[in-house]
Amino acid sequence: MSFLFGNLTPADLPHSWYMIGGTVTIAALLLVASALLTRFKRWGWLWREWLTSTDPKRIGVMYILMALAMLLRGGVDAGMIWLQQSLSVGASQGYLTASHFQQIFTAHGDIMVFFATMGLLIGLMNLVVPLQIGARDLAFPFLNSLGFWLYVAGAVLINAFFAFGGSYAATGWLSLPPLAELAYSPGVGVDYWVWSLQISGLGSLLSGLNFFVTILRKRAPGMTLMRMPLFTWTSLCASALILTAFPVLTVTTLLIWLDRFFGLHFFTTTNGGNPMMYVNLIWMWGHPEVYILVLPSFGVFSEVVSTFSGKRLFGYVSMVLAAITLTFLSSLVWLHHFFTMGSGADVNAAFGISTMLIAIPAGVQVFNWIATMWRGRIRLMTPLNWFLGFAVLFVFGGMAGVLLASPTADYQLHNTLFLVAHFHTMIVGVGLFGIFAGLTFWFPKIFGFRLDERWGKRAFWLWLVGFLAAFTPLYVLGAMGANRRLDHYAASTGYQPLYVMAGVGFLIILAGAVAQIIQVIVSVKHRAELRDRTGDPWDGRTLEWSVPSPAPFYNFAVIPTVRGRDAFRETKHAHAHPAKRYEDIVLAKNTGMGVSVSAFALLLGFALVWHILWMIALGAVGIVACLIVRSFDDDTEYVLPAAEVRRLESQRARV
Amino acid sequence: MTDERSDTAAFGFWVYLMTDLIVFATLFAAFFVLRGATFGGPAGRDIFRLPNALAETVILLASSLASSLAMNAVLRRRVRASLAWFGATFALGASFLALELSEFGRLIAQGDGPTRSAFLSAFFTLVGAHGLHIAIGLLWMIAGMIQLAVRGPRERTVSRLDRLNLFWHFLDLVWIFIFTAVYLVSFA
Repeated sequence: MSFLFGNLTPADLPHSWYMIGGTVTIAALLLVASALLTRFKRWGWLWREWLTSTDPKRIGVMYILMALAMLLRGGVDAGMIWLQQSLSVGASQGYLTASHFQQIFTAHGDIMVFFATMGLLIGLMNLVVPLQIGARDLAFPFLNSLGFWLYVAGAVLINAFFAFGGSYAATGWLSLPPLAELAYSPGVGVDYWVWSLQISGLGSLLSGLNFFVTILRKRAPGMTLMRMPLFTWTSLCASALILTAFPVLTVTTLLIWLDRFFGLHFFTTTNGGNPMMYVNLIWMWGHPEVYILVLPSFGVFSEVVSTFSGKRLFGYVSMVLAAITLTFLSSLVWLHHFFTMGSGADVNAAFGISTMLIAIPAGVQVFNWIATMWRGRIRLMTPLNWFLGFAVLFVFGGMAGVLLASPTADYQLHNTLFLVAHFHTMIVGVGLFGIFAGLTFWFPKIFGFRLDERWGKRAFWLWLVGFLAAFTPLYVLGAMGANRRLDHYAASTGYQPLYVMAGVGFLIILAGAVAQIIQVIVSVKHRAELRDRTGDPWDGRTLEWSVPSPAPFYNFAVIPTVRGRDAFRETKHAHAHPAKRYEDIVLAKNTGMGVSVSAFALLLGFALVWHILWMIALGAVGIVACLIVRSFDDDTEYVLPAAEVRRLESQRARV
Repeated sequence: MTDERSDTAAFGFWVYLMTDLIVFATLFAAFFVLRGATFGGPAGRDIFRLPNALAETVILLASSLASSLAMNAVLRRRVRASLAWFGATFALGASFLALELSEFGRLIAQGDGPTRSAFLSAFFTLVGAHGLHIAIGLLWMIAGMIQLAVRGPRERTVSRLDRLNLFWHFLDLVWIFIFTAVYLVSFA
């Protein structure tokens, strides 16, 4: 172990084709971006307007860009998994070694959950929640910037092995011990896993806290809790779950790292360690996490269905109760992830029943959405398409979930592809479809023009057909007994045709993703025709549609007063335009401190992975120093004078 | 800095404290699961010294009182008295930490370090996590005292000290649980 580089030796540096390929790709992209920024002299603009921004809309856009990059990165992993499983049968070993294949499915899960879906969700919440509740900013703008940059630092660290060496964890996305202990995973892969999750998890926690406080404290006058739009409600529920679940993740991953770094015995097979405690702890975070990923999507669909049906949401109160019930129930079912642990019939039955109960609030939601559409003036636009696809998949995947909730069935299906198909239906068919619906729906509010309908619908159909083609075979394979994470199987199993069919589904999904990229390009090209001049392109019902598109950086020139549910709908047909009385607006200044703290956090994480002691000290001292400097800065806000607001507003009115 | 802003900050800090409480709850849960997993090594009653733990408890409780008096003085805009009481809080907190580290040192020296058994891993981690919080609180206290001394009792400084005070009481409360559930129960 050297002082300068810790455990990092030249032998660890990238040498395999995929790592060199990854490094070259990332380096090339960075070089192109740097060249463009230099060529157009945009470095200062990038730093001042974006990287240091505390405006939730800008932070939201950055979250979504980063998360989409991670979605592509995780998608490449998915393709590699499918290709290996389609090829590696009988005498053929496929094109990947077993250890490489294990790293890929581990990375696929972690990237998709922590960096793609979480990033998209928190990004969407940033874009929409302040506008929906009539606020100008979040409660803690600096923490928002810090949370985003910690998320970025985590994303960089989880990919750092490409360029800086070592390998990724080969332990499955939750790194269960004893496999993840030093004795069985001696490399640095699990350490990369721990620290990228610690850093990004802290970012998620800060975001959860911020949205929780913002929604409870910063609503416009008159917006009582039971007048909040459903997306805000589900964001509140998801934030509450982040607050209760993420501390458990932080502790659990820290404990396994203590085992690995200091030789402690929390989860080892010797000296009294208890690996099953890890499984309990990680799922106490893990199950609520699933609901963090899907709850905001339920909110999106409530907004979309009501807007595109031209009707008030049916059963508002029961929708709110359903979201709250899901929030509580999701914290009480973690054991269904390991019925096979053998906790006994009583414990398994209790958790089986609590799991089945989830079907009740879920069903209430589906019926309410359908009842909202009933006799509505339905406009079948892209966001509603995503809803219809989701409704089918949600019922389908939900029923598979109820089946898995029965311990007797679970003993057969545990760790098979049936389970893999089930949770992909929930996270893709519910989580991701909801996010796509939401991005299409709110895009004009952020960028000032709508997305192209034709390509949007094409993308939707490709995704839906592709999803069914890719995952229906996995349900069948699972029922046939195919284990998840197989890098090789015998020809006599008869699995291969189904794996190949799943691979075809992957290619169709890929075509869907390409259609989405084309959709954005086409829309930017035709932005003049697609421009949203009214600020209300869909005949919306909630406050975000009452401000112009793109929303001004101060959101509301005058904070609205809310008199009922569907706050904007209530006022827009009143034809009353009270004279606007502008006031001085206090806003948060931009700050580079989030970037600095996260840079030190990244350094600290990397140093902990490789045991580089001086760098550990540097990272820790850097973080503390930055926070102390920040605490001495009382000049974090500025005032936008009323006259300036008036000028900006009339300028907009003229355009 | 308006009152509303301070209130929001205080509310946010309470929410943070609840998440930190879950951190400790998880560590407590791990401790209780692994309490009996001594793997042939010592159990709590063999190695803990109750007078030491009691001294730590008394010192930390006294520091909480001092912290409250310091906060009281700040709210009355009596900077000098406040600094004195925060100084006392700091001294008490530092001596608490010294006692804890000496206990750790003693255990490690006699071969009962955290790598000895799962029970000791859980003990060192739970108590160490509390100690780390105390250390962070002490750093925060230095920064807060400098702000108070240099800038006087401005709204923002007072609001920060208010949260520090909350943090300190919170750590006191956690320690009461540690003293009871880790130390006292070992001799029950």
